[in-house]
Amino acid sequence: MAFEGLAERLQGTMQKIRGKGKVSESDVKEMMREVRLALLEADVNFKVVKQFVKKVSERSVGQEVMKSLTPGQQVIKVVKEELTELMGGEESRIGTAKRPPTVIMMVGLQGAGKTTTTGKLANLLRKKYNRKPLLVAADIYRPAAIKQLETLGKQLDMPVFSLGDQVSPVEIAKQAIQKAKDDHLDYVLIDTAGRLHIDEGLMDELKQIKELSSPEEIFLVVDSMTGQDAVNVAESFNEQLGITGVVLTKLDGDTRGGAALSIRAVTGKPIKFVGMGEKLDALESFHPERMASRILGMGDVLSLIEKAQTNVDETKAKELEQKMRTMSFTFDDFLDQLGQVRSMGPLDEILKMLPGANKMKGLNNVQVDEKQIGRVEAIIRSMTKDEKQQPEIINSGRRKRIARGSGTSIQEVNRLLKQFEDMKKMMKQMSSMQQKGKKKGGMPKLPFM
Amino acid sequence: MSFFKKLKDKFSGSQEQEQTTEKYTEGLKKSRSGFSEKMNNLFARYRKIDEDFFEELEEILIGADVGFDTVMELIDELKMEVKRKNTSEPEAIRDIMTEKFVEIYAGEEKEEMSSELNIQEDLTVILFVGVNGVGKTTTIGKLAHQFKSEGKKVMMAAGDTFRAGAIDQLEEWGRRTGVDVIKQAEGSDPAAVMYDAVRAAKSRGADILLCDTAGRLQNKVNLMNELQKVKRVIEREIPAAPHEVLLVVDATTGQNALIQAKTFKEATDVSGLVLTKLDGTAKGGIVLAIRKELGVPVKFVGLGEKMDDLQPFDAEKYAYGLFAQAFEEKEKPDNQPADDE
Repeated sequence: MAFEGLAERLQGTMQKIRGKGKVSESDVKEMMREVRLALLEADVNFKVVKQFVKKVSERSVGQEVMKSLTPGQQVIKVVKEELTELMGGEESRIGTAKRPPTVIMMVGLQGAGKTTTTGKLANLLRKKYNRKPLLVAADIYRPAAIKQLETLGKQLDMPVFSLGDQVSPVEIAKQAIQKAKDDHLDYVLIDTAGRLHIDEGLMDELKQIKELSSPEEIFLVVDSMTGQDAVNVAESFNEQLGITGVVLTKLDGDTRGGAALSIRAVTGKPIKFVGMGEKLDALESFHPERMASRILGMGDVLSLIEKAQTNVDETKAKELEQKMRTMSFTFDDFLDQLGQVRSMGPLDEILKMLPGANKMKGLNNVQVDEKQIGRVEAIIRSMTKDEKQQPEIINSGRRKRIARGSGTSIQEVNRLLKQFEDMKKMMKQMSSMQQKGKKKGGMPKLPFM
Repeated sequence: MSFFKKLKDKFSGSQEQEQTTEKYTEGLKKSRSGFSEKMNNLFARYRKIDEDFFEELEEILIGADVGFDTVMELIDELKMEVKRKNTSEPEAIRDIMTEKFVEIYAGEEKEEMSSELNIQEDLTVILFVGVNGVGKTTTIGKLAHQFKSEGKKVMMAAGDTFRAGAIDQLEEWGRRTGVDVIKQAEGSDPAAVMYDAVRAAKSRGADILLCDTAGRLQNKVNLMNELQKVKRVIEREIPAAPHEVLLVVDATTGQNALIQAKTFKEATDVSGLVLTKLDGTAKGGIVLAIRKELGVPVKFVGLGEKMDDLQPFDAEKYAYGLFAQAFEEKEKPDNQPADDE
């Protein structure tokens, strides 16, 4: 049931080819079948897959793959390049109308995450572009949808326009724009009700809102877990409304997100943002290359690096490296390091971003026990200053005290001390290796995995 | 008599039967049209079964979000069947296919696979779980309405204390259906809400307690732990409860639904599925895989927005609804070629 990435899929074929020395056209065909299956498994629409594989196949039969010594890797390279290109290009800028206010309509199926995304987008507009948005509650159908937007508005401390659920959404939009003009607000974000793309009555309502508000952007909000039907939804919304961009939500889940490719392929409209969490600042720019890796099950190394860069203090890292080298790494440093790693987010999420982590023995389904980390912290915090600096001095009496102080057992204290020693040894080995090469320090196995 | 004919005859009995069959055929209209068109087209174009035929069939099934492995297995089985029967006639496998679908859905009529709810003499507690935006709260509202109209005393627990407006949403359903909602403030501990709710349901002598929870992505370990805690709290109050744990799945979901089912099952021992939003163009074929690989049956399907559009799941009717058009063509007396339509 665990999904195989393209790399794993190609391994079987590669083994067959390895003995032959030359790649034949039928070998390429076999590899293309694996490419096809990998994409289908990632929920890319089968029609899109067909076209895509045809294109990749043409390139592969040519020089690039057949003449290569590493045909498997070449195929992956070609596939990834093509994928990235297909999804790629435009950066996620938001249009501005010549005369304010700029109107943005949020549309999509029920439960895609329109209201939450509206809140996130408003937050982004204010934070990044210093704009003043007005949130408009035009979902009069779902119970308490208006209340939801109002709550978000309160959390963000932003104005929300609503006329209750007895006034037509078209009228609400009209009055909201007037209100924005009066109050000198420069963006109007209209949160519309979720609807099926085949619901003619409700689609007409959207057309009317569009007509009246001449929006600069119409964002289609799509759940990244959507399956094959994503193309029907996107095509239909695009035909009827002319969407300007797509927001992919719930991408912090473990879906491969093939819908992204499908939507891009059938509408040609850019994916502008991705929703990466439940908090109101969890709306990020779309990175085609990362998405390509994800669809192919190749891990998201770039995001990991970016996370590390934004969360890890550079000078502290340098200091740490120095300490590792000189073996003067102490429990204080360890606590520090632990804190930095944790600031990158829950550990199991970080692990998931490593390529092949879902395949690696022992690492797949690692449940990082956050409680265990808490216990490790408690043990260290129960040490005296001297003990943290010089763990050698911790004798059995001190161990007993530390165990009692941290609410753990002596065994646990022992285990941590032992692991800490091992870690130091490992660091020494690593740093002597590093001095020869220029590789940066890796993460030692931490005592809670 | 063909298998399909048998199914059809079965449903053209009583009037009530016909009404619910009608709901299925109507609700699945959009799901079906694309699907059966493609099927017809496939069977019309191929005079002979070959590799290309199977590849196209594979694509149609994948296109309906039928789980990936399930499709591969099904295709293998069909290939075997073709070999066994020593035929190359596409028509020869049409019937077998419907039969296989129903077989996966209906399974052998095992008791634990039935779509009947485990209703108790006294209090029945039903816990709803699932990822964000699948329709948990709406499903609860619709079910509350149905139980109420059966004359049961129903209560609801507002366990989604996280999402903005979720409590209000359930309360609105409470007003519409005339059902009491047990709640606490937004941001409070959902386990505490459940504790209150179970206590209240016992003391007020309720028949049914429907427990809402916040949507959560299955890869968020701490949120899944929270859900386990919610379930434990209910268990502690009533040892056999929750009597049903229903995972709500959006029919538009792709392969990820299988991982959802697996993870939620591990965490909360899911006893059944609710497949929502089946009135769109999505086919919800992934429930086939969930049923097959995890043995979790579908208990309800959402076929529209109205209160009574939530129907108990019926595997045969689902298959009938999905295939009706495709097979009615075939059942015409003089067996017109399907591409004449």
